[in-house]
Amino acid sequence: MRFYDLIFLALSTLIRYPLRTIMLLVATSIGVMAVILLTAVGEGARDYISGEFRDMGTNLIIVIPGKNETSGGGSPVDLAGVTPRDLTIEDAISLRKIDGVKNIAPIVIGETSAQFNGLERNVPIIGSTQSFLSVRKWEMETGMFLPGSTLERSPPVCVIGKEVEKELFGASNAIGQWLRLGDRRCRVTGIIGTEGRAVGIDVQKLVVVPVSLATALFNRPSLFRIAVEAENRLVGDQIIKDMKKILKKRHRGKEDFTVIRQDAVMASFDNIFNVLTMALGSIASISLFVAGILIMNVMLVAVSQRQSEIGLLKAIGAKNKQINQLFITEAILLSGSGAVLGLILGHSITQVLKISFPTFNFLPPMWASYVSLILALMSGVIFGLLPARRASKLEPVIALTGNK
Amino acid sequence: MIRIENLSRKFEVGNQIVRALDHIDLEITKGEYLSIMGVSGSGKSTLLNILGLLDTPTKGDYILSGINTSEMNDDEMAHIRSTKIGFVFQSFHLIPRLTAAENIEMPMVLAGIKPKDRQEKVEIALSHVSLNDRSDHKPEQLSGGQRQRVAIARSIVMEPDVLLADEPTGNLDSTSGIEIVRLIEDLNKAGLTLIVVTHDRKLGNRSDRLIRLLDGKIIDDDRK
Repeated sequence: MRFYDLIFLALSTLIRYPLRTIMLLVATSIGVMAVILLTAVGEGARDYISGEFRDMGTNLIIVIPGKNETSGGGSPVDLAGVTPRDLTIEDAISLRKIDGVKNIAPIVIGETSAQFNGLERNVPIIGSTQSFLSVRKWEMETGMFLPGSTLERSPPVCVIGKEVEKELFGASNAIGQWLRLGDRRCRVTGIIGTEGRAVGIDVQKLVVVPVSLATALFNRPSLFRIAVEAENRLVGDQIIKDMKKILKKRHRGKEDFTVIRQDAVMASFDNIFNVLTMALGSIASISLFVAGILIMNVMLVAVSQRQSEIGLLKAIGAKNKQINQLFITEAILLSGSGAVLGLILGHSITQVLKISFPTFNFLPPMWASYVSLILALMSGVIFGLLPARRASKLEPVIALTGNK
Repeated sequence: MIRIENLSRKFEVGNQIVRALDHIDLEITKGEYLSIMGVSGSGKSTLLNILGLLDTPTKGDYILSGINTSEMNDDEMAHIRSTKIGFVFQSFHLIPRLTAAENIEMPMVLAGIKPKDRQEKVEIALSHVSLNDRSDHKPEQLSGGQRQRVAIARSIVMEPDVLLADEPTGNLDSTSGIEIVRLIEDLNKAGLTLIVVTHDRKLGNRSDRLIRLLDGKIIDDDRK
C-alpha cells in the first residue's frame, strides 16, 4: 500500500466518525496545551526573576552584612559565634581604591512619612549616591539625580517616583519644591522615569536621598548593602578577592560579611527555574499519557466495530502488516493533529495572557513545543499498537461474519 | 485448476467437535460454473471460505493453480486472495465511507498499484457492471442491486482466476437478483471460474455443475 493511500484511508475513517475524532483531538490537544501553558508559566517566572536581577544592573558585586557560619567548639569567642559588624559608609569608601571598580553605591533603605503642602504619605526611602543611577540603569523623567558629592556629606536633595509626584504634588511642578521626610527636609531635584522594582520596592512609589541623609534620617549608620559595579565580568573575581581582603582588615580580621556576584546568583536562579519548568512540563505530560490511553480504548472499541471491514480488507488481499499500518496511522494522525491543535491553542492562550498580564512574560520555551509534539506522537504510536495488533490478528472469516 | 484432497474442517463448539467438512475430494476445472447447495450447517460456506483462503482446513490438501495452499503463511495467502480470487458476498461488504469507485479501487490500493493504472481499471470494471454514472456515489446512495454490482466490479478488478459468490442474490429482490446472476454468468462465459454457494434451487440449477453437501460430505455431484 502506498503512503498517500494509507493517509487517505486513515483520514477517511477519522472523518467518518467525527464525534470520536473530535473527542480524541480534544484530549490530545489539552495535554499538549497544558505542557505549553505550564512551561510558559515556569519560563515566565524565570524571565521575571532574571529581569529583576537585570534591573539591578550588570557586572554587579553585592556586599551584605553578616555571614552564615557554624559556631561553637573552640574558644569562648567561637562558642558565642561572631557578631557581625555593620557595613558602614567608610567600608564603602575603602573599596574605591580597588582596580577595576567602576561605581560604588552604598544602599540604605527605610520607610518614613513624606509631607508636602498638607498632604502626607508613607514612602519607602533608598539612600545612595549618584552612582546608584548608573548601577541600576535608571532613567530620569525630568530634572537631575543625586549630586556627585562626597559620601559623608551631601546637600539635602531627593528624587521621587512618579506616583509620589502625582500624589503629593498633583498638577504643580515638584522640581525645586521642599519635601519633608520625617524630621528632615529635602529639595526635589528630579522625577525618576524608570518603572519596575528596585530592592523589592516599586520605583514609582520611591524617594531616593543621599546616603548620608538616609543614615541621619533613620539614625542608623549601617548600610543595607554595598553595590559595586565592575568595569567588566573578567575582573569580577579579582575585585571580590580585594574586597574581602580590605573589608576583613577593616572588620578586625573577621569575614562577617557576604559577597555575592549577581551573575552567579542569576545562574543559580536560572538552574532552579529550568528544573521548575521541566518539572511543570513533566506533570503536564501526564495528561498526554492519559490522552494516549483514551486513544487506545477508543481504538479498541473501533476494532470491534470495524471487524467486518477488517475482514473484507483481508478477503481482498490486505496483509496483516497493512491492517496494522492502517490503525497505527489513524492513531498517529489523531495524536499528531491533536498535538498541532494543542500547540496552536497553547501559544494563542499565552499570547492572550501576555496581553492581559504585561508585567509577567509568558514564554513557552521552544523545547516544550518539540517535546510535547514528540510525546503526543509517541503516545499515539505506543497506545495505537495494541488495537492495531488486535485488528491485524483477526481471522478473516471470523471478522467477516462479525463473530468473536 | 482447483483440487481438494481428503479435506476436513473441524470446529470446537464448547466440549463438542463439529465436523463442518468431512474428508472431501473435489476437482474444479478452469472456467467451470459450479454451484454448491445444501441445508444450513451442511458445510457449504465453510467449503467456500476454504476455497477463498479465508479459512484453513484441519486436514487435507487444497491445491490452487498447482500451488498447495496448506503450507502457506498469512502473507502468502493474502497475496493469493489479492491476485487469484474474487469474492462476492450476500451482504455486499462495501466500505460505507468510500465511493463506488474507491471501493472498486481498494484491492488495487492494497496491492500497491499506481493511481494512474488503477483509474483505468476502475473505469473498465465500472463499465462491466454498467455503473459509470454512479462512480462517485457512496454505498448508502445506491440500491441493493447497484451495491452488489459494485461488489462484483471490485471482485474482478484484479482479474482473478476464480470468483467465489456466497448467496449473491440473497439480499436482493428477484429483478435485481436476475441481473446479478446474468452479470456473473457473463463473467464465467468470458472464462472466469465461478463457484456459487446458494440456497436458491433455481440459481443452483443454472450452473454447469451442482454439488450438494450434507453433514460436511458431498452427497451429490451433478454435471450437465
